[in-house]
Amino acid sequence: MTNYHCIVTDCNGDSKRTKLLCYALMKRYLIKRLAGMIPLLFGITLISFAIMHVAPGEPTVVGQNFNPKVSAADINRLRAYYGLDKPLYEQYWSWLKRLAVLDFGQSFSADHRPVLNKITERMPITIWINVLAMVFIFLIAIPIGVLSAAHRDSWLDRGMTVFVFVGFAVPSFWLGLLLMIAFGVHLSWLPISGIHDYDWRQMGFWQQQGDLAKHLLLPVFVSSIGGLAGMSRFMRSGMLEVIRADYVTTARAMGISESRIRYRYALKNALLPIITLLGLSVPGLIGGSVIVEQLFSIPGMGLLFYGAVLARDYPLVMGITVIGAVLTLLGNLLADLAYAWADPRIRHGGET
Amino acid sequence: MKHPLALTGGSIVTVVAVLALLAPWLAPYNPDAIHVHSILLPPSWNHWCGTDTLGRDVLSRMLFGARVSLSVGFIAVGIAIAIGVLLGSIAGYAGGRTDALIMRATDMVLCFPTFFLILAVIAFLEPSIWNIMIVIGLTSWMGVARLVRAEVLSLSHREFIMAAESLGVAAPRMISRYLLPNAMGPIIVSAVLGIAGAVLIESGLSFLGLGVQPPNASWGNILTEGKDNIQIAWWLSLYPGLAILITVLGYNLLGEGLRDILDPRLRG
Repeated sequence: MTNYHCIVTDCNGDSKRTKLLCYALMKRYLIKRLAGMIPLLFGITLISFAIMHVAPGEPTVVGQNFNPKVSAADINRLRAYYGLDKPLYEQYWSWLKRLAVLDFGQSFSADHRPVLNKITERMPITIWINVLAMVFIFLIAIPIGVLSAAHRDSWLDRGMTVFVFVGFAVPSFWLGLLLMIAFGVHLSWLPISGIHDYDWRQMGFWQQQGDLAKHLLLPVFVSSIGGLAGMSRFMRSGMLEVIRADYVTTARAMGISESRIRYRYALKNALLPIITLLGLSVPGLIGGSVIVEQLFSIPGMGLLFYGAVLARDYPLVMGITVIGAVLTLLGNLLADLAYAWADPRIRHGGET
Repeated sequence: MKHPLALTGGSIVTVVAVLALLAPWLAPYNPDAIHVHSILLPPSWNHWCGTDTLGRDVLSRMLFGARVSLSVGFIAVGIAIAIGVLLGSIAGYAGGRTDALIMRATDMVLCFPTFFLILAVIAFLEPSIWNIMIVIGLTSWMGVARLVRAEVLSLSHREFIMAAESLGVAAPRMISRYLLPNAMGPIIVSAVLGIAGAVLIESGLSFLGLGVQPPNASWGNILTEGKDNIQIAWWLSLYPGLAILITVLGYNLLGEGLRDILDPRLRG
């Protein structure tokens, strides 16, 4: 990366001239980053297109293979209709051209709806669950990490270490199953599938929100378990590292109270690497939504993808893969911006 | 104990491996034998982990499932390590354009929601244990590539490497004879941790019905039955998941323990 990397977001408090310069650099940085996403996206579409079309089996064959009423001529007609008879590069090129104007094509399924519509109606719930999971991870992991670093080798720290190892190793769908059995089947406290009760339409606004929250509680918890473990661990080691820094010793020597050092000075610096980690955790969360949504029967992007994969609905599979990759890239970009915003060393220049 | 993590992890890993190897002799029943008179029996002395919807003994199926999980883990990681080491060492040693190109490609695969890719490929290729191994391997080499590159980069400034260079040692020999052996520690650690990851992915795929196909047993597909019978048969959910948890935990502990032992920088 060049040194534009460093100048972002905070343009206050400088003279008017530097302010203008600062905004200009910020814009350049953003444009550069967004432009940098294009080759990445291109590569991603190429990889997924290649894999999907080189693989044996076609959507026209899946349903009709054993149907005696379908002749070879009919299959050829279907192939021509979907453009599957053209050479691969031509198919890719025409798909890419349409992609440029956000036309993802039509689904191969019986309803023939535009892929983009199908995805956009399923996307909000998936994004909501993942955002809530991230918020939950932050709210829980940071205090855990800070506390166990502050009380190193205490029972709390040991308990946390055990939690981290188990959290890394536990298969999320199994945890979900157990929670469903405990809270859904035996205690009957929480619903175990879908996002609404059957009488959802008759409820008042707040009742609906409560109902949604009840349905989302387990999915959000299950999606966040891996991240929770990883984040608390990073937070702990980050704090331990920062506590050893010279400026902390200086602060102690100046007689600043331990809690003020810990929460006001050390915490800020230990938080920095967490932001990058957050960006890196996006692909895992998006990929994990297939399992979580399948487990809890949540009608989101993951479940849509699962169905599309089973039905070999090429345009839909490609569409979701591309959008998933875009979401990942955006997540990384946001994390980088947040990093620059949080770290004055990066904000105010200097090579990275 | 001097290395509690590595010892605990190592013993778990050994026990699971022995159980898997000896599955045909240890299993109390034939894992595929259907018994219509003993469907969905809860755990008892006769069936320690209960029976499934076809009356098959869950413990026996789990023992055979261990073979599936471990072989997927080992072979997938073998593939990932091979690709990662190759690309990482070339990138690190060659530097310049080659390095930039390889690392860009690595970044690209890293931002891919890989689980989507795995699912798509498996579904299109027909799920089979071989396809699963290959696909998991092909989508999990990035970490190793980055790590090997970093190791090679830091090693190549060391005196013994410069000495070898000035003696005119050719690149392939340089990498295989001098650079890689010195980077072996981190590679082993990431291989062990990678096995844990691959076991988790395999169980997830089998749970979704895109992994090991019934009637073959795998921990993931027993859990699918657990989900289908969640109201009546908790044992179908509890035990296979516990097996996954313990196995993955074992490999993770061993990996972390080995890291402490092999990486002197972290000691102290």
